[in-house]
Amino acid sequence: MRSDTRAPGPWSVLFSTLALGLGPLVLGGCDKMRGGSETAKGPGPASEAKGGEAKPDAPGGDTILIGEFGSLTGSEATFGQSTHNGIMLAVDEINQAGGVKGKKLAVKTYDDQGKSQEAGTVVTRLITEDKVVAILGEVASSLSLAGGRVAQQYGIPMISPSSTNPQVTQIGDMIFRVCFIDPYQGFVMAKFTRENLKFGKVAVLYDQAQAYSKGLKDDFIKSFKEMGGEIVSEQAYTGGDQDFSAQLTTIKGTSPEAIFLPGYYTDVGNVALQARKLGVNATLLGGDGWDSAKLTEIGGAAIEGAYYSNHYSHEEQRPEVQAFVKKYQAKFSQVPDGLAALGYDSARLLAEAMGRSPSLGGKDLAAALAATRDFKGVTGVISIDAERNAKKPAVILQVKGGKPTYSATVAPN
Amino acid sequence: MTKLLQTLFDGLAVGSLYALIALGYTMVYGILQFINFAHSDVFMTGAWVAYVVAATAGWAALGGDAPPLYAGLFTLFASMLFCAILGFGIERLAYRPLRKAPRLNVLITAIGISLFLENIGQRPELFGTQPQKMPQLLPDTTLFTIADVNFRVVDLTVIAVALVLMAVLQWLVFHTRLGRAMRAVSHNFSVASLMGINVDAVISFTFVVGSAMAAAAGFLYVMKYPGALKQPADSTWILLGLKCFVAAVIGGIGNVRGAMLGGVLIGLMEMFGAAYLSPHMRDIYVFSLLIIVLLVRPAGLLGRATVEKV
Repeated sequence: MRSDTRAPGPWSVLFSTLALGLGPLVLGGCDKMRGGSETAKGPGPASEAKGGEAKPDAPGGDTILIGEFGSLTGSEATFGQSTHNGIMLAVDEINQAGGVKGKKLAVKTYDDQGKSQEAGTVVTRLITEDKVVAILGEVASSLSLAGGRVAQQYGIPMISPSSTNPQVTQIGDMIFRVCFIDPYQGFVMAKFTRENLKFGKVAVLYDQAQAYSKGLKDDFIKSFKEMGGEIVSEQAYTGGDQDFSAQLTTIKGTSPEAIFLPGYYTDVGNVALQARKLGVNATLLGGDGWDSAKLTEIGGAAIEGAYYSNHYSHEEQRPEVQAFVKKYQAKFSQVPDGLAALGYDSARLLAEAMGRSPSLGGKDLAAALAATRDFKGVTGVISIDAERNAKKPAVILQVKGGKPTYSATVAPN
Repeated sequence: MTKLLQTLFDGLAVGSLYALIALGYTMVYGILQFINFAHSDVFMTGAWVAYVVAATAGWAALGGDAPPLYAGLFTLFASMLFCAILGFGIERLAYRPLRKAPRLNVLITAIGISLFLENIGQRPELFGTQPQKMPQLLPDTTLFTIADVNFRVVDLTVIAVALVLMAVLQWLVFHTRLGRAMRAVSHNFSVASLMGINVDAVISFTFVVGSAMAAAAGFLYVMKYPGALKQPADSTWILLGLKCFVAAVIGGIGNVRGAMLGGVLIGLMEMFGAAYLSPHMRDIYVFSLLIIVLLVRPAGLLGRATVEKV
């Protein structure tokens, strides 16, 4: 292919190769993996003209469309997948029982790949293009913050199943959650570390790029110091880093009894592996960001014996839990984690509020959600408080034999 | 003392990984004067191919803690072979048709190839969209301990393999006929072709060698960080590639020895900065070093300033 003329020859060769041979694969890949990434519309008026194109997914006369955004791919992929499974299980049950207000529920789901810029984009798309009446999502607090700001701006109620950072519901009166918040979670872990494990010297290693991790770190440190404990070292990493040896070497020098790791499971598994290799044998402690089957898959023997706080344990004997675990296992043939349970609760709580609400408009629905009292969820009894948060007990799990095992329950004070 | 020795050891291990990747950037730049942005994705592919080979073969399950020695070697060579073919293919299909086009076109094509590899890598039939755990192929034990610092087999292997590969490359470039041809092409493209050097073959060979080095780095990376095999489009890969490109620039882009020096230098810089200053800004140390080097020696530490003829 050595032609002396410039453009057409070589270019056409390149493009025809790509377009004929590999193009469809690439496009297929993008389309499947990145559900919502191709729309980059800025926030415009909600009543944007639609140009007459037919939308197969648009809510018909007898369906109510709910939007969902989650990290279905990427480093926190099991968060999004578990939550999605939980939501779909709930929606199927609700529809089988006759739906809401005589209409069936439908869910439109977009993948945000665990990136905050994508979260904002897909929530805008759910609201302006798909015209959803309410939104469920996200797990990671940074992503709920990004999506929540958009939902608040358009006046569409959003329920985060499992974002624990306090700032999420502080966005405004449209944003709710069905889980406890980090000041409580930090308190629970501090209390457990101080009173049950009787540790006095703890080091902290957190993800400086995640609102969740930073917030939970502060809350844990505050409570732990109040209880008379000492924080011997406070180190940071950036989510996605692969090497933690510098931080762990520094921590090793302070010989702590435990290391608190308020990060997400992929990074935590990695930290655990590297800590053991460096000869750091302190007990590892964490929060609900650890809740994934991938944690033990990546961490292996290194994560054995570690403790973390979570929203529920599938081993709890309450009838709600056992019924949910049975149904979930029958459908997805895996044990539901806490995020699946919270996804399930968030969808059911939304449907219940829709039933009580006089209309499906944003204001009415938000008022109905805010009035939720004593809702019997899988993850506990949920009452929405004045800050639109749920007050619930936390459980402590321990990794034993590669599986999270129930260790203790700590109730709200 | 423990901390100093541990940091030095970690810095050398990470630095030799960086050096291996930086070689690919610098070799391509030396010959074609363009930055091969797809190089970090070849590295990513190398890491993932190593995982696929090891996971399919299931050695780790068989051997438990001590998998057979050939398992690691076979995986390494399989990954290097795959990426060598991939590198050859990328050059043949994407870059060669643009040999006479403006350099900017090639640069944009490189970015296109990079995106292509990241996205096709996410196909469920290939690597998927979730991080995976690399099976243990090397004995995961401590060889010896000095001053409470564990010298582990994995880290020592990383350094040793990187050194061997760099020595081979050094010999190849400076002591063989082919190496002389490569240097001639890098010196002057058209004069080299007038002297009877098959320029296309030399360029293909450069891509093959550079990609094989990146694959080796990918293999060593997943050996060292078995839990950090992120999904193909993760920003980890791009950031790593960027750091290694910085290493090549610091050493003097186009200079093979410079890339090795630059890689080790930024590895040490990163580790010492994170351990002794603050871990909050570890990437900043690397890029600050780049700025300082560019201010003081714009051609890089070992690079020679050339006068651009207009």
